[in-house]
Amino acid sequence: MNEIIIGHLSEFPERRSRVVRLGSLELAVFKQTGGTVTAIENRCPHKGGKLSEGIVCGSHVYCPLHDWKISLNDGLVQAPDDGCVQTFPVYIDESGNVVLRIELSESKVS
Amino acid sequence: MRQRLVMIGNGMAGVSFVEQLLKLNPKRFDVTIIGAEPYPNYNRIMLSSVLAGDAKMQDIILNDWDWYKENHITLHTGETVTSIDPAAKAVLTDKGASIPYDELVLATGSLPFMLPLPGAEKEGVIAFRDIKDCETMIETAKHYRKAIVIGGGLLGLEAASGLLHLNMEVSVVHKHAHIMERQLDSTASRMLQEELERQGIRFLLQQQSDAVLGDSRVSGLRFKDGTEEAADLIVMAVGIRPNIQLARESGIQVNQGIVVDDYMQTNVPNIYAVGECAEHRETLYGLVAPLYEQGAILAKKLAGVAVDGYKGSVVSTKLKVSGVHVFSAGRYADGPGTKALRVQDDLEGVYKKIVFENGKVVGAVMFGDTIESSKVYAAIRSGEDYSGREKEILFGGAGASGGGRAVSEADLAAAMSGDEIVCGCNGVAKETIVTAIMEQGCVSIGEIKACTKASGSCGTCKPVVEAILAATIGFDQVAVVKEGICGCTTLTRDAVVEAIRRMRLTTTKEVMHVLEWNNPEGCSKCRPALNYYIGMLYPEDHEDELESRFVNERNHANIQKDGTFSVVPRIYGGVTTPGDLKKIASVAEKYNVPLVKITGGQRIDLLGVKKEDLPNVWKDLDMPSGYAYGKALRTVKTCVGNTFCRFGTQDAIKMGIDLEKKFERLNTPSKVKLAVSGCPRNCAEATIKDLGVVAIDGGWELYVAGNGGMRVRAADLLTKVKTEEEVLEWTGAYLQYYRETANFGERTSEWSMRVGLDTIKAALANQADRDALNERIDVTLGRTQDPWKQIVENDDLRSAFEALTAPVSPEAAASKESGESNKRGGREG
Ligand SMILES: Cc1cc2nc3c(=O)[nH]c(=O)nc-3n(C[C@H](O)[C@H](O)[C@H](O)COP(=O)(O)OP(=O)(O)OC[C@H]3O[C@@H](n4cnc5c(N)ncnc54)[C@H](O)[C@@H]3O)c2cc1C
Ligand code: SF4
Ligand code: FES
Repeated sequence: MNEIIIGHLSEFPERRSRVVRLGSLELAVFKQTGGTVTAIENRCPHKGGKLSEGIVCGSHVYCPLHDWKISLNDGLVQAPDDGCVQTFPVYIDESGNVVLRIELSESKVS
Repeated sequence: MRQRLVMIGNGMAGVSFVEQLLKLNPKRFDVTIIGAEPYPNYNRIMLSSVLAGDAKMQDIILNDWDWYKENHITLHTGETVTSIDPAAKAVLTDKGASIPYDELVLATGSLPFMLPLPGAEKEGVIAFRDIKDCETMIETAKHYRKAIVIGGGLLGLEAASGLLHLNMEVSVVHKHAHIMERQLDSTASRMLQEELERQGIRFLLQQQSDAVLGDSRVSGLRFKDGTEEAADLIVMAVGIRPNIQLARESGIQVNQGIVVDDYMQTNVPNIYAVGECAEHRETLYGLVAPLYEQGAILAKKLAGVAVDGYKGSVVSTKLKVSGVHVFSAGRYADGPGTKALRVQDDLEGVYKKIVFENGKVVGAVMFGDTIESSKVYAAIRSGEDYSGREKEILFGGAGASGGGRAVSEADLAAAMSGDEIVCGCNGVAKETIVTAIMEQGCVSIGEIKACTKASGSCGTCKPVVEAILAATIGFDQVAVVKEGICGCTTLTRDAVVEAIRRMRLTTTKEVMHVLEWNNPEGCSKCRPALNYYIGMLYPEDHEDELESRFVNERNHANIQKDGTFSVVPRIYGGVTTPGDLKKIASVAEKYNVPLVKITGGQRIDLLGVKKEDLPNVWKDLDMPSGYAYGKALRTVKTCVGNTFCRFGTQDAIKMGIDLEKKFERLNTPSKVKLAVSGCPRNCAEATIKDLGVVAIDGGWELYVAGNGGMRVRAADLLTKVKTEEEVLEWTGAYLQYYRETANFGERTSEWSMRVGLDTIKAALANQADRDALNERIDVTLGRTQDPWKQIVENDDLRSAFEALTAPVSPEAAASKESGESNKRGGREG
């Protein structure tokens, strides 16, 4: 498991996201109200919409293309649509850095 | 041990039966439901509303996954029962499961009937039955133009109306001379056809389909008479077939449907059937009201409650197409021994026919105004004798509202007796609704729906339910009983705006908190709306909330399907210069813009720009944003007018540029397009714009509320003025009135049809009112800034366009200390 600092907490606006690229893998990192930071793959399972551009409400994001509602915590698409996106563990270290934990060998990064 | 109840089919009739059973006797059974569709039980009826844009897929779920869990129901979705073994008392599924039962209920519904035409297997030929079909239509409409619906019945017309709403050209093919001939007489059918034609549907009547044309995908339809009609999509809505194959193969007696007795029992012990698949006394039903009645009877029987058997039902029909009111029930045709009460008003487009036999109402057809429909339907069901007072059914009791005017919903609700059925679909009587209001404290339609199911299916009884609610809790409470602006609240747009004004709420968060939203952070529907309303009310103090803006407005560019954006700089009045054209050309080259296109609004679109490039593209362009992405003033299209044209009477170009310069950057409830033509030849197509200005000799005509998009609508003449100043003044007043009174997302055409042209004219008639409106719009206009420039000049705003690029080699990422070296804002991606 690799740990990558992807920025400082202060660089992430609330209820917005930042895009993080790791090789060909693209993540959308969201800061929810209250400061929880979560990371999911930046690709809607419907038609590949960029979730980083969606409207964030609580712990869900609405895909900007056709409004699917997706949980930021477990990546599950909410009914009546169906599907899921991959999530990646994130934690905040003592100095406020946002640290992504990711298995680089397994990811699409080569 | 509990008995095992297994149900095949997870649809409306079946699940309604289970709900009733659980209410009556929750402990008797362990319930297992197997459903072939991959969803929880949803409201099939509302698929029409989803197509028409009145509901979203998530709004139509009737029982969500949690409901099954909470009621301890074992649910297998996406799984089909392939055989029943009555001897072993078990069913087998396509996933290899064998599920034992003590009692088995078949609720397998129907299958759409597909005409066996040559070519019917081609891509693009579908039915209209389930979520999948609905999604196919929505998807198809994004890429194709022309649709044919085969079948001019209820389902076909709802499909056609939905496709029209999705911006397709729609033709309905029907083999009879009249549409909906099974429910309507020829007068009502003709009136309906005229109304639908006015909305834009074409009809090809008395046409028999012969073959589907095309290669792998459909390209058209050929008729028996040899003529052809082009189509990219064919929806067959010619009828349904009860889904009985499983029953037949398992040795259960079938005829047209699965044959059941008055207690919904088949000829095989412990096996029952309800819903569209069941045939009772040689009758099959295709509407939910009778199916729910069947379910209620079976529920009582299996719960061990005494019950009279099922006697069959009278059905009534309403067409769920916006702007159209149609009702039909019972025997509406004249026959020996029947007498009809007819009201026909071609001016208002109203037609009513009530058929009596021996003084009793036996059937009815209504078009245009269906307000008495529940009363008529109740009269048919109750068999009440109206001898000698037949007219009361339409005109009220003796001495009541005189003349031929129809009674209002409120009068009607008040006059209803307690046991009269209000919601035909779910069989909910007035007294049940009143009890829910009085004893369970329901104060909104939503709550009444949750408690009683009234208005929960086709929704046409909503006005009556609303009237009952208002009458029960008092009219001053009416504001709170309307349907909310989204699923997060029961408050209407007007109530929300009024609350923002009265309590001076200044952020969306505050609004949602104070007005007790049931999702603390709202949803993608209400947040942008609230942000707009607050900004409209407090232009000076409102801090625009980027996180409550749709993607396009947040990024000041239009997102494309591949995640790139399009950039449209402003070209005032469509007039450009060689210098600007060169600048656009060199930007397009520098950033490898894949497509450069002239838009319909007389400007240039650079398509396929990467998000990270946007700020630099804007910087290099150094032109103002064209707002081609926003709910805002878009373009002012102009013709050349008297500058060059030999017919021109006024300077259309200058007028257009003045308008665009004055109102650019204005946020509006929905997009706003303007146009100015130099003479009545109207080359700028001003009469299909939100506001169109047409020059006449010695002045200008102002047209409003036109639309050239989804639903074409010719603009209405608002006024004639003499000078250019007056054009600007009226436009300002009109736009501000629209900004202040329209629902978020509502185009001027829809708004004008809702509030009425006369209301708009009255609001703008006085100079003082126009001045006040202009004063308010000027405050807003005075504070706008070019967003592109703002972002280019502000590092904080700019950084939102940059992606973080993390190191890709594992070594570089191995320790988090090395993370410090991560670069921000790489564009190499
Ligand atoms: C677009 C549209 C609009 C409509 N509008 C109205 C209206 O305005 N008013 C009105 O009253 N009615 C309307 N109807 C009709 C109404 O929806 C149906 O009468 C009702 O849904 C039938 O309920 P059901 O439970 O019998 O069948 P369904 O709802 O069709 O449910 C049957 C379910 O069983 C499943 N199934 C079948 N066989 C198996 C098997 N072997 N194993 C597992 N699962 C199986 C099917 O996949 C299906 O999901 C409309 C229908 C449509 C399509
Ligand atoms: S609308 Fe009249 S003035 Fe304008 S281009 Fe056409 S003909 Fe000429
Ligand atoms: S791509 Fe996300 S909802 Fe369609």
